[in-house]
Amino acid sequence: MSCIQTIQDYALRSIGFGERLLPKTDFTLCEHFTLIGSGMIWNIYFGIMAMVTGFFLATALAVGKASPNKWLRKPAEWFIFLFRGSPLFIQFFFAYFFFLSLKKAYPMFDAFTSAWLGALIVLFLNTSAYSGEIFYGALRSIPKGDIEAADAYGMTGWARFRRIVWPTMLRLAWPAYTNEAIFVFQSTTLVFFSAFPAWQQRGDALYYASYFADKTFNPFIPYPILAFYFILLTLVIVWGFGRVNKRLNRHLPAAHRSKMRFRLNLAR
Amino acid sequence: MFSYCADPETLSTFFWFSCYLTNGVHWSFYLSFLKVLGLLAVTAPVALSFGFAGAMAARSQFLPLSWLGKAYIAVVRGVPDIAFFLFFVIALDQGFEWIRHKVLCPEWTDPIRQGNDFLVCQSAKLPLGTAPEWVHETYGFALAVITFSIVFGAFAANVLFGGMRAVPHAQLETAEAYGMTRRQTFWRILVPQMWVYALPGLSNLWMVLIKATPLLFLLGIEDIVYWARELGGTKTSRFTDYPHGDWRMWYFLFLLIFYLGMTRVSEIGLERLMRRLSHGQATSGGELLRKETTA
Repeated sequence: MSCIQTIQDYALRSIGFGERLLPKTDFTLCEHFTLIGSGMIWNIYFGIMAMVTGFFLATALAVGKASPNKWLRKPAEWFIFLFRGSPLFIQFFFAYFFFLSLKKAYPMFDAFTSAWLGALIVLFLNTSAYSGEIFYGALRSIPKGDIEAADAYGMTGWARFRRIVWPTMLRLAWPAYTNEAIFVFQSTTLVFFSAFPAWQQRGDALYYASYFADKTFNPFIPYPILAFYFILLTLVIVWGFGRVNKRLNRHLPAAHRSKMRFRLNLAR
Repeated sequence: MFSYCADPETLSTFFWFSCYLTNGVHWSFYLSFLKVLGLLAVTAPVALSFGFAGAMAARSQFLPLSWLGKAYIAVVRGVPDIAFFLFFVIALDQGFEWIRHKVLCPEWTDPIRQGNDFLVCQSAKLPLGTAPEWVHETYGFALAVITFSIVFGAFAANVLFGGMRAVPHAQLETAEAYGMTRRQTFWRILVPQMWVYALPGLSNLWMVLIKATPLLFLLGIEDIVYWARELGGTKTSRFTDYPHGDWRMWYFLFLLIFYLGMTRVSEIGLERLMRRLSHGQATSGGELLRKETTA
């Protein structure tokens, strides 16, 4: 079977198009690359959706945590502690079984037990908490002069937040936020290894990589391919976030612009 | 465990739970918490020493060695850690068996990889097919510890490398001016001072390590996740004296709370350690301490 044929059969396998059965014997390198790449669709879907939705909640959480009002601050603090203080792996398990019991009582929660929604909700809440903490840190390090200048111009409330506080917060938080984005994409590999079932063997990249490793008992081919895809993805993220970083810093004199550091944090 | 547990069906709720939570399988569940703590206790120092070696390699004057250190750090960073765990557990196992095979069965001529099989001679198998159950379990656990140490060692290497570079250069120059050799400068000046710079990174790493412990489950260890799934599942009265519905949600809620507690305790402990290490250091933390005591 030619490689073109394999790509036609398996490139969209992870979302249910193409050949129904996975290859069983005599795995070619082409099959490895195609199926694991096909699984990346899920990783990218989870990553992008969680980042986009999480961004808004993260902003709200950061503002909440920095608020002087106890009724706003305490819930935000607890939310962030809850999701940052426990392993994502356990959160997936808990959420899945929680949705499962919810489904028993109310059938309308059916969709929540499948990965595309249930796991996405967990990832959304999890990344909101981590990004919220990053944004909160940035919020606290906004230069005092910026706020005072806004006050001097008579800006208050929403206008001050939208025009001064929020852009500065994003600018300061951006390098750390890039790091968080990389972590979110990496933690999407946990989804199908926690309780969420891969329906009809439609899984993510790691799911297929471990499928190959289990079948061939040779970890030295599928995992490096997976690593290749993820390093590629990481480079794309760093590039994309670097573009945004440039835009966020465009008003600053060239010497003051914070260059995106490529020495990124290892730990979340 | 208790004398009244002989006939659980007749018990009231409180007594029923006191019996249920102390039956044999639950003791295995509680023991598996010790496994997690054991993993942490062993992995943390081993990973730290791996990291120390890695940081020394990355600082090395010998270029290929320093490239090796840096490349390793970069790869571990770009790839999900769970992929590393799944990879190393098989790769290490096959690596050990391959070495033993080469040493113990030199007359063997067949290729080791035949199609989808990995074949070594009987005496090279790890653990030996005849070994008792506990050897298998210990071997699995040891593989897990090595895997964790390799991944977190790379993380720690990066943190320690940064800490070493953060030590004020004047300190090292002074040491040289006193006629210390490179080795003496490293061990007597650099290493004692780097910890305070490395500690924020290391404490972050400790938190990440705690949160990575449930991944033991994926390495085939009967850990807390394994038992929570086992015990929480629906039990009918045919197989157990304590039938119940699907309680997995509650078991995982308990694990969630356990980890939150671990995090909180670590946070408090690390804060104290930081205060201790900042004492007398030329950092803003140390300055704050000085003001506190003099004011």
